[in-house]
Amino acid sequence: MSADTVPVTGWGRTAPTAARLIRPRSYEEAVAAVRGCGARGGIPRGLGRAYGDAAQNAGGEVFDMTGLNRVHAIDAEGGTVLCDAGVSLHRLMEVLLPLGWFVPVTPGTRYVTVGGAIGTDIHGRNHHVSGSFSRHVLSFELLTADGEIRTVRRGAPLFDATTGGMGLTGMILTATVQLQPVETSLMSVDTERARDLDDLMARLTATDHQYRYSVARVDLLARGAATGRAVLTRGDHAPLEALRTPGLLAGGTRARRHPLAFGTPRFPAPPPFLPEGLLTGTTVGLFNELWYRRAPRARTGRLQRISAFFHPLDAVPHWNRIYGRGGLVQYQFVVPQGQEEALRRIVRRVSEQRCPSFPAVLKRFGDADPGWLSFPVPGWTLALDIPAGLPGLGALLDELDEEVAMAGGRVCLAKDSRLRPELLTAMYPRLDDFRALRAELDPRGVFTSDLSRRLTLQAL
Amino acid sequence: MKDAFGIPQSLLILGGTSEIALATARRLVVRRTRTVWLAGRPSPALESAATQLRSLGAVVHTVAFDALDPESHETVLGKVFAEGDIDMVLLAFGILGDQAYDEREPVAAVRVAQTNYTGAVSAGLVSARALQAQGHGSLVVLSSVAGERARRADFIYGSSKAGLDVFAQGLGDALHGTGVHVMVVRPGFVRSRMTAGLEAAPLATTPEAVATAIELGLRRRSETVWVPGALRVVMAVARHLPRAVFRLLPL
Repeated sequence: MSADTVPVTGWGRTAPTAARLIRPRSYEEAVAAVRGCGARGGIPRGLGRAYGDAAQNAGGEVFDMTGLNRVHAIDAEGGTVLCDAGVSLHRLMEVLLPLGWFVPVTPGTRYVTVGGAIGTDIHGRNHHVSGSFSRHVLSFELLTADGEIRTVRRGAPLFDATTGGMGLTGMILTATVQLQPVETSLMSVDTERARDLDDLMARLTATDHQYRYSVARVDLLARGAATGRAVLTRGDHAPLEALRTPGLLAGGTRARRHPLAFGTPRFPAPPPFLPEGLLTGTTVGLFNELWYRRAPRARTGRLQRISAFFHPLDAVPHWNRIYGRGGLVQYQFVVPQGQEEALRRIVRRVSEQRCPSFPAVLKRFGDADPGWLSFPVPGWTLALDIPAGLPGLGALLDELDEEVAMAGGRVCLAKDSRLRPELLTAMYPRLDDFRALRAELDPRGVFTSDLSRRLTLQAL
Repeated sequence: MKDAFGIPQSLLILGGTSEIALATARRLVVRRTRTVWLAGRPSPALESAATQLRSLGAVVHTVAFDALDPESHETVLGKVFAEGDIDMVLLAFGILGDQAYDEREPVAAVRVAQTNYTGAVSAGLVSARALQAQGHGSLVVLSSVAGERARRADFIYGSSKAGLDVFAQGLGDALHGTGVHVMVVRPGFVRSRMTAGLEAAPLATTPEAVATAIELGLRRRSETVWVPGALRVVMAVARHLPRAVFRLLPL
């Protein structure tokens, strides 16, 4: 076990705080770390992809879980995997794809750990069909504040408190996850353009159920009649016979020979000290314009690699550096079905403000999962990245929070770095249950993070 | 905890009646700050400052604090930090003194130095230790351009601010990497109660402008903030002027 006091931030690189970074390499070390935790508590951290302060703990300990990274057992018949919490989805894909299995849910990056995926109850492009990650978790082992390891199965209150519980109920050590069968490692993708927000919502409502994976990217810098114009990409895992159709894929022979190969391109990372202010309404607006025009008006059945379809940004390591020293804020909210008007108002508001936002992600969520602080509810979710240094951004996002809360929606805690704590109870109705469970399970506050301090997620 | 924009949820002001500090507190309370501790000598002014901030929706506590009594700082500030994390400490106390009078009355001059410098050293160190223990927080120190280059008209005040400024810079370096951020704020001439009756210098500013600059500095995690920003250039030149030339300037 190694320990160093280091400044820690989330992926957005805002609000750094110092913590002792402890990297347990065995369950015994993990138990010792939790039992020996100081007065300011500790929080498990995976690959640090949460944008805000969810995996930071000022003055306390941060448990770097990436040292626990063994894949223990794969049931290649039934399609389940038992692995350590520190195993990344990237690693799982490397291991599972050759066996014809895929992770049940993947977010926009594969560099998240299984523990993090459960703790934030991640969602992906298949949410309208498959729900969030927790729906596919059969059980996990949880190291709780008393230093005991508990096996937690679906349906238990502790299961629902932990899925989406932001690591505050304990440290997940291992998990058993149900997998998704695939015939190839390629995706068959349909792309179309939507000329404005209403067009986009109509298309999503009408035909989303035909696709396993669906996402739209919205140009929030387009104004006037084009407000909310978007590119939809939807698809499914390509069946083996799709590879036999000639002409669909460059290098088809190789793909036919290795239908389950997992290719991951890597470009060089941006330099570490880019100045702030490269991203303005003008530069990003220009990018968005080109991006929109380059997208095909309508194209079906195009074959794409898994990495290109799900994780285009993973090809650029440290892409968050382009936001400069000031970092970025990701704002993701969901408003329930029937609250389309709120979504329209928010898109108009952001578009009027000329926020330098790269194409934002819009998606229709399906049924919610039972996690008490799990983010998705049936409705519309929008996620946008904005440079933290944009003047007036704090006030703008506060305004949007009000709109979201009024519509019965919520913001995503895994992305949050600035929510007003008073709004949290309205957004997450089961917050009091969560606080009560924590008060009982962890009265000393062994599991504490900057997020839990900022938003008062502990018992009052 | 501070949010992504560096806005604190809890604020401790040392020198709770300082106009710059209160202008800053008003700004921060409107944005996010919920708890404010006003430390200062008990007075009606301190209470009315508290009332004003309460009316904006903050929970305000007042604490009896005397810069001239460094022995008490540990106890007084220790109690505040024991109540919960403090995201930002604004070290704002200071007196201008009366240059002409202070030159005749060394005891009065020493009082300026003790308030602005030794008092701040003690309060600064006590706060820094507490912030370091909690692993986060900003210590914002109100220095002055007067500390950048000695002027005939205010060198007693200026020398005390020079000491404070260097102390705060060094403290910032000492705390680098501990999660604690130290920001030195160097305003020019600020039109306020403290300077009432004095003739305004060029590039004069207001407490509200200083507050705005502090908010921006928090967001950028700046180490030095000049108010107005143009003073950075002006003072860079002034610092390098030969003494004989500088003496001739009508400052």
